[in-house]
Amino acid sequence: MHTATIRRYYVWQMPVRVYHWVNALCILSLCITGYLIGSPLAIQSGSEASFGYWFGTVRFIHFVSAFVFFFNFVGRIYWGFVGNKYAQWKNFIWHRKEQVKEIVDVLKVDILQAKIGPLKSIGHNTLASFTYFLSFLAFLFQCMTGFGMYAAMSHAWLPQMFAWVVPLMGGDFAVRQWHHLTMWFFILFSIVHVYLVFYHDYVEGRGVLSSMVGGWKFIEEEKK
Amino acid sequence: MNDQTLTIYQQMLNKGYDRRDFLRFCGWMGALIGVEASGVGRIVHALETKPRTPVVWFHFQECTCCSESFIRSSHPIVGDIVLDKISLDYTETLQAAAGKQAEEALHETMKKYKGEYLMLVEGSVPTEENGVYCCIAGRSALDIVKEAAADAKAIVAWGSCASNGCIQAANPNPTGATPIHKIISGKPIINVPGCPPIGEVMAGTIVHLLAFDRIPQLDGLGRPKAFYSRRVHDTCYRRPNYDAGLFVESFDDENAKRGYCLYKVGCRGPVTYNSCGVIRWNNGVSYPIQSGHGCIGCSEANFWDNGPFYQHLASFPGFGIETTADKIGVAVGAATLAGMAAHSITTNIRKRREIKESIANSKTDKEGGA
Repeated sequence: MHTATIRRYYVWQMPVRVYHWVNALCILSLCITGYLIGSPLAIQSGSEASFGYWFGTVRFIHFVSAFVFFFNFVGRIYWGFVGNKYAQWKNFIWHRKEQVKEIVDVLKVDILQAKIGPLKSIGHNTLASFTYFLSFLAFLFQCMTGFGMYAAMSHAWLPQMFAWVVPLMGGDFAVRQWHHLTMWFFILFSIVHVYLVFYHDYVEGRGVLSSMVGGWKFIEEEKK
Repeated sequence: MNDQTLTIYQQMLNKGYDRRDFLRFCGWMGALIGVEASGVGRIVHALETKPRTPVVWFHFQECTCCSESFIRSSHPIVGDIVLDKISLDYTETLQAAAGKQAEEALHETMKKYKGEYLMLVEGSVPTEENGVYCCIAGRSALDIVKEAAADAKAIVAWGSCASNGCIQAANPNPTGATPIHKIISGKPIINVPGCPPIGEVMAGTIVHLLAFDRIPQLDGLGRPKAFYSRRVHDTCYRRPNYDAGLFVESFDDENAKRGYCLYKVGCRGPVTYNSCGVIRWNNGVSYPIQSGHGCIGCSEANFWDNGPFYQHLASFPGFGIETTADKIGVAVGAATLAGMAAHSITTNIRKRREIKESIANSKTDKEGGA
C-alpha cells in the first residue's frame, strides 16, 4: 500500500513571480522588436517619410522594454538577498557536493529519461539554477551592449554608464553583432525552458508549471 | 630661415591674402571645430601672435589618400598656408628635399624643437619580422615612429590606417599592421579616422592644435568629439525614411529611386561615427549616401572584416560568406524544436509505466483517505 502524503510548500514569493512574468514579457517584446530592428519588414508603399513612424515606434518599444527589463533584473538581484531560501542568490551557483550529484541526476532524468526517484531540491533544481545563472550573465551582457549602443543617442545616466563598452569591443558594429547573436540565446533558452517546465510538470507531478502563478509546489512525502 | 619666426597671419599676408581672407578663414575654422563665437577671437589672436608650430608628417603603410583629402580641403588657405608654408618640416610626399637633405631636415627639427613639434602620422606601422615591411632611409617605420614620438608634443594619427589599422590590418594581417596608439604610450594621441578623413576635419584638428595649444576634446576612442561624436546615421538626410520604416530593398528597386533609407542594403551609417552627413565631401557637394550608396564605415575599426558591405549583419565566421547569425539561429532553433518533439515522444514511451503507476497510486490514496 502506497502511503505518501502531499505537502504544500510556498516556494515562489510574490516578487519572484512578478519578476518572472515581467521578465518573460520583456524578453518576448525585446526579441520581437529586436529581430524587426535587425531585419525590418519590406514595405513597398511609395509613401513619404513624413507620413509614417512605425520603425521609430518599434525601436521605442525596444528601448522602453529594455529599461523595464533592466530594473526588473536589478529588483531580482535585490530579492536574491532578502527573499526566502528558494530565492537566495546562493541557489544559483552550486557549492555543495550533493548539488553536483543532483546535476547528474537531472541530466539522467532529462536526457536519458531514467527513473531515479524525486529530486531533493524543492525550488529550482541545481542544473536549472545554474542555467539561470548563465542566463543572468546573458541579461547583463545584453544590458551592457544594448545600453552601450544606446549611449550614442542619450545623455541619461543609465546608458552613459555603459558607454565604455563600445570602445572596449572595437566599435558599434561589433557590439551590434554580439547583441544580435545573444538574442538567439534568449530564443533558444525560452524554447528549452518552456519545454522542460512542461516535461518536469508531467513526470514529477509537483505542480512546477502552476508554481510560477500561485507560488505553491506540491511535494510528496513518506508518512512517518 | 626667417619663416621660422613668422606667425601664420604674417605668412598669409606675405602670400597675398588680406586681413578679410584671414578673418574669414578663422571664422570658418571656428565653426568647424565647434567653438563658440567668442572662441573665434581666440583663434584670430593665436594665429596672429604665435610663431609657427613645427610639424613633421610621416607616411608609412598608407595610400596617401589622407594627404590628397587634406589638400582638397575647401578653403585654399589650408593647402596654401597650413600645409605648404607654415608647418611642414618633413613629409615624404610633398617636400622638395630628398635623400640626405630630407633626413637632415627631419633630424634638425627633432633636435631643435625637442618636445615642441607636432608629429602627424599617415599609415599604420608593420610589426611582424621586426617591421621589415616598411622601411625609410634604411630604418623600419617602427624605429622611426618610436624615435620621433619620444620628443613630440602631440601625435595626430591621420586616417584609419594610423587610427585603427584599416585595410592592411584586416584579417589575416600578414605584416602585423598596427595603429599608432598601440605602439606609442605616454603621449597625447589624436585619432582622426576615415579612409580618408574629410579634409575639413583634418584642417580643423590642426587649427585647434595651433590655436589653442592643447588637444581637442576626445571621445573614448581618442577621436575629436567635434567631428566624431555623432553617427553618420544621426545626421543623415535620409534618416526620416529610417524612422518611417521605408527601406531600399535592392539597388535597382523603386524604393532606391525614391531615396529611401539604405539600412537593409548594408549601410553602416548607424554604426559609424563621422561628420560626412554634415560637412560632406568635395567642398560639401555630396557624400556616399547622397549618391545612393550605403556608408561602408571606413572610419570604424575592422570595417574591412565586417563584410560583406551590402548586408546588414556580418557573415558568421566559419559558415560561408553569406551565413549570418540569423540563419544559424534559425537552424539551431529548428533543430531544438525537432529534438523536443522527439524527446516528448520518447518520454511517453519510456515513462508510460511510471506515469500509470502514479495515476493508480493517486486513486488508492483517495480511497485510503476516504
